Formats: sequence, structure tokens, C-alpha cells
Amino acid sequence: MTERYELQCRECRTSVGNRPSSVCEECFSPLEVTYDYDDIRTCLTRGAIAQRAPGIWRYRELLPVADEYEATLPIGFTPLVPAPQLARQFRSRRLFLKNDCFCFPTLSFKDRVVAMAMAQARRFGFEVVGCASTGNLANAVAAQAARAGLRACVLIPADLESAKVVNTQVYGARLVRVAGNYDQVNRLCSQIADAYHWGFVNVNLRAYYAEGSKTVGYEIAEQLGWRLPDNVVVPMAGGSLITKIKKAFDELVKLGLVEPKPVKIFGAQATGCSPISTAVKAGQSDIAPQKPSTVARSLAIGNPADGHYAIQAITGSGGWAEDVSDKEVVDAMQLLAATEGVFAETAGGVTVGVARKLFAQGRISPDETTVLCITGNGLKTVEALQGRLELPEPIPAKLAAFQEHIADEAEAVAV
Amino acid sequence: MSIQVLIPTPLRKHTSGAGQISCNAASLPELLGVLGLSYPELRRHICDEQGQLRRFLNVYVNEEDIRFLGGSDYRFSDGDEVLLIPSIAGGAS
Repeated sequence: MTERYELQCRECRTSVGNRPSSVCEECFSPLEVTYDYDDIRTCLTRGAIAQRAPGIWRYRELLPVADEYEATLPIGFTPLVPAPQLARQFRSRRLFLKNDCFCFPTLSFKDRVVAMAMAQARRFGFEVVGCASTGNLANAVAAQAARAGLRACVLIPADLESAKVVNTQVYGARLVRVAGNYDQVNRLCSQIADAYHWGFVNVNLRAYYAEGSKTVGYEIAEQLGWRLPDNVVVPMAGGSLITKIKKAFDELVKLGLVEPKPVKIFGAQATGCSPISTAVKAGQSDIAPQKPSTVARSLAIGNPADGHYAIQAITGSGGWAEDVSDKEVVDAMQLLAATEGVFAETAGGVTVGVARKLFAQGRISPDETTVLCITGNGLKTVEALQGRLELPEPIPAKLAAFQEHIADEAEAVAV
Repeated sequence: MSIQVLIPTPLRKHTSGAGQISCNAASLPELLGVLGLSYPELRRHICDEQGQLRRFLNVYVNEEDIRFLGGSDYRFSDGDEVLLIPSIAGGAS
């Protein structure tokens, strides 16, 4: 098997080859996948990429999969759409949405990272894959495990939104509902991973899994015509996505696929779970954990393991982090839907709500190219809109009844 | 105070394979000192050169993150169960 990548400790730089572990045994820092960029530079060109099918595998040499791995799922390469109506609201001249609402197969960016974990689960001979999840990861693991013929055991906080629950169980995964918050579920999964020989995608396979998020960055650059944006706004849960988007941009520069230019990285959280944005705004390099309390369940991680690196990515780029209240989150979900016809889950509301603040604060310049990362589909979190959308009373199937109904409406919405 | 310390698998090579250690300590700093005496290799791996617990290691007391209990100021009670876990949370956005 030809593996052109290996694990290395992010802090002490010890190289450990390839193994189902994400922790350095010397210093307990996280392991990260490293590549031979000189080798990759010789074969990964814009022309070569253009010949390949749309999807994350376009950038295969930069992903931790063996040469022999047969990658077939059309994951990723989601739309990068201009958002002119939303831009007008923010007084922006060039605003784009990187829209993972439609990522195949389970409608969130998590499909990207799970694809990496599945490749490694096979390679390490796991028969069972698992995860701790606030929902999107559960869906992705359940679906991709089913297709890969692996058993899945997914652990979630017991009070997760119903769509996320159904969207996990329908694939046949074993769902374990834990009476606790996500941080407790995650701690439990670390203990389970220690005791069982299972491939936990965000525990022992985390280093490989996390690399899948880089494809969001590669696609943004390619879809902008092989150019980096000036600003990118990214929602933060564990803090992995934002650090991997930065890594992706750095790699593209290193490989000569884009011109070097500064990109400001902005992080977005909900105020009810804002350990990273709090640290950034206070100028701290370490995270003080929080007990999450927010409608943005997918971002409700009070102890973000990549928080420290997320802070570095943000502050090192001259970016910033902000957070928004639950009301602002849902307002922003509705704003995005009404202006651009995009129905994003609560994390999308967090991103748009924070972007609104950053433009208002003058931290993002209206003349610059700004990309907002919309990470999951709104159908996953419809509960968040409770009380916001009035269900109209049924009418009889008669023209007269409709005319009466519409006349009332015309009066009500007179502008 | 008499406490139980649960050792994750990657660290057991420094405790002669023991997954659970009983010891007496009143606080986390004291616990690190006690562990250092009996298991110097363990101590070397979980603490940095300044004697501080490594950044990416979390400590739980009876399943609660010790940072919510006051961190180094927390006073252990008899029978407390202390769990050391590498901090690889996150990733569920």
C-alpha cells in the first residue's frame, strides 16, 4: 500500500508513521497528517485538477488516502454562490456563500471529513466505526458506514433535534442517546475508544478525519478562479474546520496553485457557547471551557479541542471572532433564506449573524471578497424556527374561500 | 484524601500496565507530585518542563472537567475518581 502521508505531532514534531491514534505519546499534543509537498507539486497542477470529476477527490494528493484507495462517492464540490441580496444588507460589494447545505450524502460539510475516516477505518481493519456527535457527524457516519458495509455506533446528547436522530437511525446505525451535553458524550467516547477496538472518527481517527475539511478551502479557491478570498467567516464548534481551511489556503500557496495573499480568517460562535470567540476577544491564547446553552446545537462544544489552534489561525491572520445571541442566530437564518433562498441550519445562522456584526464593526471591508461558510442544511434544525412561522388555517377547496383568504392577506401585507 | 486515578491506555506503559492507581492527595498539584514520586515516567509525560499539566490533557473528577471545579484549587474528597484524558474533543459542527 502506498501512503504518501504520515502522522506527526503538532508540538514536538515526532513522526509516528500511520496508526489509528490522534495523540502524541510523548507530549499528548494532537497528531496531524503531513505530506511531501515537493512531491505533490510535481503532479498536482491546475490542469490536472480540471480533468477530474467534481468532488473532494479532485485534490486527492493532499488527502490522507492511499494511492490504491478506490474513492467513488461524489462528496463535496458544493456550490460557491454569489449572494448579492445579502451583500446589499451588509453593504458588501462581493459576498459569496460556500454552500454545504447540499453536500452529498447527508447535507453537511461533515460528509467530507467522514470520507477520510472511512478510508482509514478500512485500512486499519475496523469493523465498527463510531463517533460522538451533535448531529451532522452522526448522519454522515451512519450513511457512509452503511455504504461501506461497516457497522456504526453513534453517540449523541439525548436531546438532539429530531431530524438529526432520524437521519442517523434510518441507515441502520446503532444510536446511543446520552443523558448529558456533547462534551460529556465526547469524554465518554474517548473512554469507549480506549476500551473497544472501534474506529471513532473524531477520536482515534481524528487526525485523518480532520483533513477532509481542507477541501472546503481548496474548492473556495478553485471556484474563485484559483484565487484566495480576502475574508472567510467560519462557524466554530471544536475549532477544526477553521484551522483546516487556513491549512488548505497555505498549502495552495506552497504548491503554487494560487498567488500568495493575506486572507483574514474570522470565527463565528453562538454567545451561549463561545469559548473561542471569548478568548479571541480577550486576547487570550488558551480556552476557558463553558457549559453550552444555545439553540445552535451543532456548535455546542464547551471544550473545543482545536480551540487553541483556532485562536492562532484567527489572530495570526489579522482576523477576529464574534458571537451572536440565539435570537440573532434565528433572525440570520431567516434573513439568509429571504435574501438568497438558502435555508441553512442554526450554524449557518451563526455565520451570517456574525458576518453582519463584523461588517457593522468595520472589521470586514465592503470592497473585499468575502466568503461565508454555510455548513449544513436547514431541514436538520427546523425546531429553531418554532414560533417564527405562523401556520395558516386550512381553507375549504373552493375558489370563493381562496379569494376571501387572499383578500385578507392583501390587506394584512399592504405595503 | 484517598483517590482513584484512572490511566488511559497510552499512558499505562509508564505505570507498569496499571489502569487504575490509588493514591493520597489533597489537590491536583499535590497529585502530580505524588505521581511523580511513584511513576516518574508518567509524570514526565503528563507535565511539561515547568511542572504544569500539559495543555492537551484534560482532568476529570467524578466525570466533571476539573476546570469547572476550580482547577488547581479544587480540594479532593475521599473516593474521588480522577480521569486523565487526552483532549481530542470537538469536531461535530
